[in-house]
Amino acid sequence: MSETAERVKKIVVEHLGVEAEKVTEEASFIDDLGADSLDIVELVMAFEEEFGVEIPDDAAEKIATVKDAISYIESHKG
Amino acid sequence: MRRVVVTGLGLVTPLGADVETAWANIIAGKSGAGRITRFDPSDQACTIACEVKPADHPYGFDPGKRVDHKVQRQVDPFIIYGIDAAGQALEDAGLTEMSEEQSYRAGLSIGSGIGGLPGIESESIVLHEKGPRRVSPHFVHGRLINLISGQVSIKYGLRGPNHAVVTACSTGAHAIGDAARMIAMDDADIMVAGGAEGAICPLGIAGFAQARALSTGYNDTPEKASRPYDKGRDGFVMGEGAGIVVLEEYEHAKARGAKIYAEVIGYGLSGDAYHVTAPHPEGSGAYRSMAMALKKSGLQPSDIDYINAHGTSTPLGDELEAGAVRRLFGDALKTVSMSSTKSAIGHLLGGAGAVESIFCILAMRDQIVPPTLNLENPSDGLEDFDLVPLKAKKRSVRAVLNNSFGFGGTNASLIMRKLED
Repeated sequence: MSETAERVKKIVVEHLGVEAEKVTEEASFIDDLGADSLDIVELVMAFEEEFGVEIPDDAAEKIATVKDAISYIESHKG
Repeated sequence: MRRVVVTGLGLVTPLGADVETAWANIIAGKSGAGRITRFDPSDQACTIACEVKPADHPYGFDPGKRVDHKVQRQVDPFIIYGIDAAGQALEDAGLTEMSEEQSYRAGLSIGSGIGGLPGIESESIVLHEKGPRRVSPHFVHGRLINLISGQVSIKYGLRGPNHAVVTACSTGAHAIGDAARMIAMDDADIMVAGGAEGAICPLGIAGFAQARALSTGYNDTPEKASRPYDKGRDGFVMGEGAGIVVLEEYEHAKARGAKIYAEVIGYGLSGDAYHVTAPHPEGSGAYRSMAMALKKSGLQPSDIDYINAHGTSTPLGDELEAGAVRRLFGDALKTVSMSSTKSAIGHLLGGAGAVESIFCILAMRDQIVPPTLNLENPSDGLEDFDLVPLKAKKRSVRAVLNNSFGFGGTNASLIMRKLED
């Protein structure tokens, strides 16, 4: 697992209070991890803070799974 | 009018995070006061408070017991205390599971005096330092006062009246009184009612200290600071926590064989129309609030055995309340005991009236009245009162009066009685 993936998963576990094993790359934030739309806003903010990237609203709307988040961050971080 | 009884209790206090622990510590004469640990209070005029203790403390609070991890991260402490105390009360009443039909007749009336001040403070700093795009999406609903009622209704599926009271330090008493009326008026059969507070943060302490309301002379001896009626008192000590009761229509409670703690028989409300922080110099609002509750109850002053006073330990307030009690009670002053449990757990502000109502109920259950700690030298002119100094006292307790008065000149009084077995 990439270092980015590790850090993303840690944030997800911390914010959503889910068990680490459930946070697979395929996991959907809403369907599998119990997040609501505001939780995703908060997660996106946490990713921005952690990785120093900016995730605009239209990009954030497309982040549905853990993998979506990791891919976006890996392709945009400086 | 439909009768209203109490069938469940829940407490989160600086002396225990469940009813029996908190009450045992109150009766044992313990103090919940100490130097503030939540933040470094070194630059504050008041460096002490009655904090709810952490989970590893002998009578600490474990938020994980009844509040989801995600909710804990999103909301202010007052909401966490409120959800837990409401859960305790519903468990005690045996009402954590309800039919859909029952749920439409079950509501909430839970308030707070101040609400999410720690979160408002910290998020203001985020806004200032990092800008608006870093403000939490949970900021608003994690701080709003009606969100204890909101969260508890969602968690336990209560679909009846969803109400929240905000009347400063009389919130808890008003919340219970209003809820009792909703049951009496047939708006609901069950109401989860009470108040919570969690305002121990730099802004909260500084604000109350600047209003000259807090004790500042006992920073080195925190347990001595809250001393209602004592000559040496110099202000209140801030507390935090929650008190929540389950109120139920009498026949409804009887039909399901519920344990009945007490009946709510009197509720009085009044306004001083005098000053934002100072009580009326003749205690007229306090008098009228108590008199209204007494009239509603149908009792005589001599029927009341215990008063849990507002008694915050401020120089002005304690004696004015005592004067109003003396005028209302007349000769019955000889037979009533009056104490302030704020001497032990501090002033829970919006939670006070509810927590203290629970202590009143337990006084009737156990036939013992809690003490006024640190009452070593009563103020002149209080000689005719039994203020239960220093030690709890065994005595007959058939009916009780709880007083709560708040900034803005708002007053609430509740009278409850023990039902005959």
